[in-house]
Amino acid sequence: MTAFAVAARVQDPELPWLTLADLGILREVEELADRVVVTITPTYSGCPAMGAIRDDLTGALRAAGYPRVEVRTVLTPAWTTDWITPAGKDKLTAAGIAPPGPAPRRAAGPVPLTLFPVRPQVPCPRCGAPATEQIAAFSATACRELRRCPACREPFEHVKEI
Amino acid sequence: MSFDDAYEALTDHDDDARWAYGTGFADPLAGVDTAVPAGADRAALADYCLMLGDDALIMSHRLQQWVTRAPEIEDELAIANIALDLLGQARLLLSRAAVVEDAGRDEDSLAYLREQAGFRNVRLVERTDDDFAHLVARLVVFSSWRLAIFDQLTKSADPVLAAIAEKGTKELTYHREYAAQWVVRLGDGTDISHIRMQDAAEAVSAADLFAPHETELSMAAAGFGVDPASTRTEVERVWAQVLDAAKLQAAPWRGGEPRGAHTPAMADILAELQGVARDNPGGTW
Repeated sequence: MTAFAVAARVQDPELPWLTLADLGILREVEELADRVVVTITPTYSGCPAMGAIRDDLTGALRAAGYPRVEVRTVLTPAWTTDWITPAGKDKLTAAGIAPPGPAPRRAAGPVPLTLFPVRPQVPCPRCGAPATEQIAAFSATACRELRRCPACREPFEHVKEI
Repeated sequence: MSFDDAYEALTDHDDDARWAYGTGFADPLAGVDTAVPAGADRAALADYCLMLGDDALIMSHRLQQWVTRAPEIEDELAIANIALDLLGQARLLLSRAAVVEDAGRDEDSLAYLREQAGFRNVRLVERTDDDFAHLVARLVVFSSWRLAIFDQLTKSADPVLAAIAEKGTKELTYHREYAAQWVVRLGDGTDISHIRMQDAAEAVSAADLFAPHETELSMAAAGFGVDPASTRTEVERVWAQVLDAAKLQAAPWRGGEPRGAHTPAMADILAELQGVARDNPGGTW
């Protein structure tokens, strides 16, 4: 298996049904003569999973016969939910988590303050009802919010667009 | 390594690196190109990174103290997540300061072993909040100000600082939104919530935040940093927008002293923040 294929299959520690490739945090895998260089990017500054991901990548590549592994981090361009692959979004939906829509595009000038939720409608990942409502802007992790579906009455999580 | 659930992940003993202090998770800048731009005033740049990092570290600590005390579990989660984002920013910035000063310190020694006089944060982040209304008012002011600074910092001559700021602006936008929506809900809510939110709006002032320290001025002039006075118009406009939507009134902010001195509360903050690390030098768990 190529080093890229090994790295791409490593799972995210917090969303274990998603791979690093699904999440779009695996940026590059280079097979050099003496080592493999893997480049990843953090989702949020405080993401506590980065160290675990680095360990998991090194472990998986070693087990696959790549003894020397260097994991590089790039902070810019900053990760965006637009990098979650279509397959990744399907897996989120299958796990009952509404995937993110397109990330907001910002006009020039100061960051505008949104005082009332104006995000596009988020369909219910369980019953498919088109309109759902926000319960809380943050959920079990910073990247998710808590919503509920007025049709099937179920609460669910939604990966916020950033 | 792969895990089917979080519990398995936490009890996985194949690798020793797990979460935060004393666990081997040092250096959040691992793998980042941390070369310092030629011609940079390293002492001033390190000092500037400490200022931005300490603002986030102490604000995060005060937010963490709300955990188990928030009015609802949803807000507990929100506050904890905002604190985590700020802690992440602090780790990156303190690590950057350590690389730039090149004096053998790291993020842990800067956070846990520095004396109070070495902390560079603004006084606003040291405050306790008597009421949830005070917390959200303070969070609107703090995150608006930090967002305005980070937005300009994305053009910093230090590529690491610019990258940290680019990530941070996305996070701060969410923090400000969360806090501002609460100010509006409470201000334009019941009679009692309005009274308490009005009290909080009058109690908070950003005046100190706009008073530039000489390091901030020299870093702004060199293209590395931001003169905080330049954020005043934007922060005041956002604050006015929030107050208006919340049906609240507050007098304009006047006066203001640059960062430097601390409030009496800082000693208690550091006693709690640093106690475990100081009592157990080099300890791991």
